[in-house]
Amino acid sequence: MAKRDRLSGNEAVSYALRQINPDVFPAFPITPSTEIPQYFASFVANGQVDTEFIPVESEHSSMSAAIGASAAGARSLTATSSCGLALMWEELYVAASNRLPVALALVNRALSGPININCDHSDSMGARDSGWIQIYAENNQEAYDNMVQAFRIAEHQDVRLPIMICQDGFITSHAVENIELLDDGDVKNFVGEYEPENYLLNPECPTAVGPYSVTDFYMEAKRAQAEAMKNSKQVILDVAKEFAQISGREYGLFEEYRLEDADYAVVMIGSAAGTTKDAIDQMREQGKKVGLLKLRVFRPFPAEEIAEALKNVKAVAVMDRADSFSDHGGPLGAEVMAALFRNRSQAYAINYVYGLGGRDVRVEDMEQVFETLEQIAATGETGDTYRYMGVRE
Amino acid sequence: MKNCVEIRWHGRGGQGAKTAALLLADVAFQTGKYVQGFPEYGPERMGAPITAYNRISDEVVRVHSNIYDPEYVVVVDETLLETVDVTKGLKEEGAIVINTAKPKEEILPHLKGYKGKVYTIDARKVSVACLGKYFPNSPMLAAIVKVTGLMDEELFLNEMRASFQHKFASKPEVIEGNMRALSMALEEVQ
Amino acid sequence: MATDISKLTLTARWQDLTTGMMIHAGGTSEEFNTGEWTSVKPHVKEEDCRQCLLCAQACPDSAIPVNKNERVKVDLKHCKGCGICAKVCPFDAIEMEGL
Repeated sequence: MAKRDRLSGNEAVSYALRQINPDVFPAFPITPSTEIPQYFASFVANGQVDTEFIPVESEHSSMSAAIGASAAGARSLTATSSCGLALMWEELYVAASNRLPVALALVNRALSGPININCDHSDSMGARDSGWIQIYAENNQEAYDNMVQAFRIAEHQDVRLPIMICQDGFITSHAVENIELLDDGDVKNFVGEYEPENYLLNPECPTAVGPYSVTDFYMEAKRAQAEAMKNSKQVILDVAKEFAQISGREYGLFEEYRLEDADYAVVMIGSAAGTTKDAIDQMREQGKKVGLLKLRVFRPFPAEEIAEALKNVKAVAVMDRADSFSDHGGPLGAEVMAALFRNRSQAYAINYVYGLGGRDVRVEDMEQVFETLEQIAATGETGDTYRYMGVRE
Repeated sequence: MKNCVEIRWHGRGGQGAKTAALLLADVAFQTGKYVQGFPEYGPERMGAPITAYNRISDEVVRVHSNIYDPEYVVVVDETLLETVDVTKGLKEEGAIVINTAKPKEEILPHLKGYKGKVYTIDARKVSVACLGKYFPNSPMLAAIVKVTGLMDEELFLNEMRASFQHKFASKPEVIEGNMRALSMALEEVQ
Repeated sequence: MATDISKLTLTARWQDLTTGMMIHAGGTSEEFNTGEWTSVKPHVKEEDCRQCLLCAQACPDSAIPVNKNERVKVDLKHCKGCGICAKVCPFDAIEMEGL
């Protein structure tokens, strides 16, 4: 029986981790993800999990230890935010290229500087090309559900890639909201035991992890890694389908909210999508055909699926909670616009950078975005396609 | 959102305003509501002004923005009246609850002409009488429950007892004091 | 499943590589004649050697085999010519010679 409860996003992810009962959890604290290892440490102390919990001296070490444990044959994960993720940079690539299904509970926070503890996506967006699967959440429920699905995706034979389960710092991580939790037994059955075919601690077959690749092999190695990311898309969908059977909650690569007949669409990631849904409902009452595409899976990037979902819109605003400093737009904007171009879309497309360092996003802000799209479609003038929302100017 | 009550808390880091907001979400959840309780941190340090928020609704709460036009405001530390515009956006059909020992007449001039209802409670007196120490958050929580009429007082006290038993499992000796503080605050708020 | 490294040649396609480029087999370094990567090789003056076996212990490539407590011929297929054996020999019985 599922249980109705109220938990913060960090509590929800910790709850999922207790149910998953991973083998190894090395951790180093950083706001706003600190509570995840903190809650988990109490599960360890209370004997509720069998996990080897390793307090380490930096995030470089926590990711290294998670990688070592994974190579040894253990189901391992860690948690971090912001600069902590930045300090893991080198290891992120090692985990992905060694094809180790490590999980990372990421609580999105701005990168310095100026130093700031609040939400934006610059940390995970910076790591977008490291070869990790990235799944994002709108609220605590999705953070919990994504965490439960994480290892099934990462450990799948066709995938074997590390996975980042992201949620918005403070906005969801520290907000208590209603949530529906699964039974411990259901999660245990769903996640299953981790039984890798090969692992370092197998005395029957000695293994070398991370051998040097000369130029003659490096490119083939990267091509093989790219194939794993390609495969992960179907696995993410299959795991979601199975998850729906135990939870009743359905997930895809993205969520379409009143998008079917929409003329004006917003594409975005994370907690502000909920705020956007309220804006959409209000505008729909006034007869405006507005809709949302909320991206759940950013890596692999569902380019064709997004272009297909947006094929009938007149104008679209892609919302980036991170800037690329390319003088051209943010990372999501670049990807979505490339997808639209490849699909020969005729829609007007603009890209907003918003919500940096925890800058609040209000229903009114999103209504204004839709109104701007309406104007663009009416006049045929996009103006600057790279703009900031909610900045004093 | 229909039937959604929005509450804004003003406190200082370390006084428990965030905890009070989370506890309010907790008890409101027990009455079958959809809830949200979340903090907004400024500088991370004791004594710095912080804001916390509650949404309590009959429908799923999807919006994730801060609250700008609350029905209710709770001021956990009256020194904030000098520096923070606590009545900003506060609806006139709503109310403000202030922790102070001063009579209402002395507080009103600090409220920038706010025309709604003003309640005060001396949370220090309540807390010191019941707990022997100054923890303003339990009295303020009871005060806002009383002022909003969010739930039946007896139900509130029962839920809070269960919540304290969980929260203070390792130091049960503080439960009775906190329960007395809640009961006394329900009477004292005016 | 053990990795058959004989298949990992320069004609191997990306599909033929192991997952994560891991090698699941022991002692595979023997298959690589790293002894080719050198410009000098040790020459043992047998008349000066007292069979103390220090060179065998010091060799980082295990290229100085020992059989029945006696050093036998240096494994030139794997000797990288680092010269450590010549340095540790207390009897100056090993000299590094150009190829």
